[in-house]
Amino acid sequence: MLSKAISIFLKDFRQEFRTRYAINSIMLFGITTLTVVSFSLGESNLPPKLSATLYWIIIFFSAMSSLAHVFVREEESGTAMALRLHTEAEPVFFGKFLFNFTVLFVLMLIITPLFLLFTDTYQGDMLLFSFILFLGIIDLCSATTIIAAIVARTSTKGALFAILSFPIMLPLLLVLVRATEKVFLESTFSQLSPDFIFLVSFPIVMLTASFMLFKFVWFD
Amino acid sequence: MRSAWQWILALAMSTMIVFSFITDAPQQNIGESSRIFYYHIPQAWICVIAFIISAIYSAKFLKSKNLLDDDRAVNAARLGFMFCILATVTGSIFAKVTWGSFWNWDPRETSIFILLLIYAAYFALRGAMDEEHKRAQLASVYSIMASITVPFLVFVVPRITPSLHPEDSIIDENMKFTMSPEVRMIFFSSLIIFTVIFIWMFKLDNRISFLERFQKEKEA
Repeated sequence: MLSKAISIFLKDFRQEFRTRYAINSIMLFGITTLTVVSFSLGESNLPPKLSATLYWIIIFFSAMSSLAHVFVREEESGTAMALRLHTEAEPVFFGKFLFNFTVLFVLMLIITPLFLLFTDTYQGDMLLFSFILFLGIIDLCSATTIIAAIVARTSTKGALFAILSFPIMLPLLLVLVRATEKVFLESTFSQLSPDFIFLVSFPIVMLTASFMLFKFVWFD
Repeated sequence: MRSAWQWILALAMSTMIVFSFITDAPQQNIGESSRIFYYHIPQAWICVIAFIISAIYSAKFLKSKNLLDDDRAVNAARLGFMFCILATVTGSIFAKVTWGSFWNWDPRETSIFILLLIYAAYFALRGAMDEEHKRAQLASVYSIMASITVPFLVFVVPRITPSLHPEDSIIDENMKFTMSPEVRMIFFSSLIIFTVIFIWMFKLDNRISFLERFQKEKEA
């Protein structure tokens, strides 16, 4: 099961490098919004609450622009059927989850330093911040992967992905913004623990449910 | 005989409405506007109940593959959406009278707003597909995924996010204030009456969709 998932992940990875569609669109989207934000704010010093909100808006909408691609590509190129014949549903889900995780990880790796550089608001514990970001990536991917699979099978793919994801992710985004704001305000680990409990339990619940439900989305 | 309980319901509803206006206002320190409590809370309650019923029938559909179960899930969601709008509007009017603005983003307003978004997304998803069986299957999965996030919304977020405005204590007081026997009597009868009305509407809707499906099969 794990080896199958990893081979699906590697297949997607290789395919991605042929076109670089997902990574290009997510990067350009992220960098464009970041530029607009920092350009219009100029030299003004942002309060932590505002910069935390802006940061997660940039990440969320960049993610929305391309996380569905991993399933849409299979449907559009007609390879979904072959994949369905070849493996069970669960390894496919896990492989796609890993791929989305990687895409988002690369995005964060580039956007985060740029954001901190441009807005110049950073104080607080770097390690704690990276930990929140890491959990944030897992959280975002755990909720969106199955929705991407749903959206890929409908007729209006692009717009629907954001519409379906938004209500499910809203509580998550609220907590992520709050946690990031707390880090910017130099909070300690213990002050952040209620947020961490949420951020750890959310993907566990989501992934379990997705694992059980994915075969209904994937097969007819 | 069949309509006897409907007469009882009509009588009970009228009595409840009359009593909700001629007795003392349920919360003295809020005043007359607190009477909306007899209508607002049952509506919000139905909204959540309908959501759960919809998710249960969605799960049932995934097991049985019987399109009638999917019809029931849609009917419950449609009614729930209506009650959700009613609860939002009444709550908003109450907020205007007591706190001076229609919308304050306190945790409960946030959660009902997300519930509205989930319902809307569910109908948007259904609108995006023509093939009946696929539509039922994907919408069921989405409905279950969305219902899983509701506990996070209702129980977790209000606890870890500090109240957004100081007057929030009114809501909590309102939720568990010591009800006088009179108030409790009206409130619980209102709750029961609204639930019975909901069940009645739900059954009617189910009969209609059953007949429609029956007709379609006969024609085919």
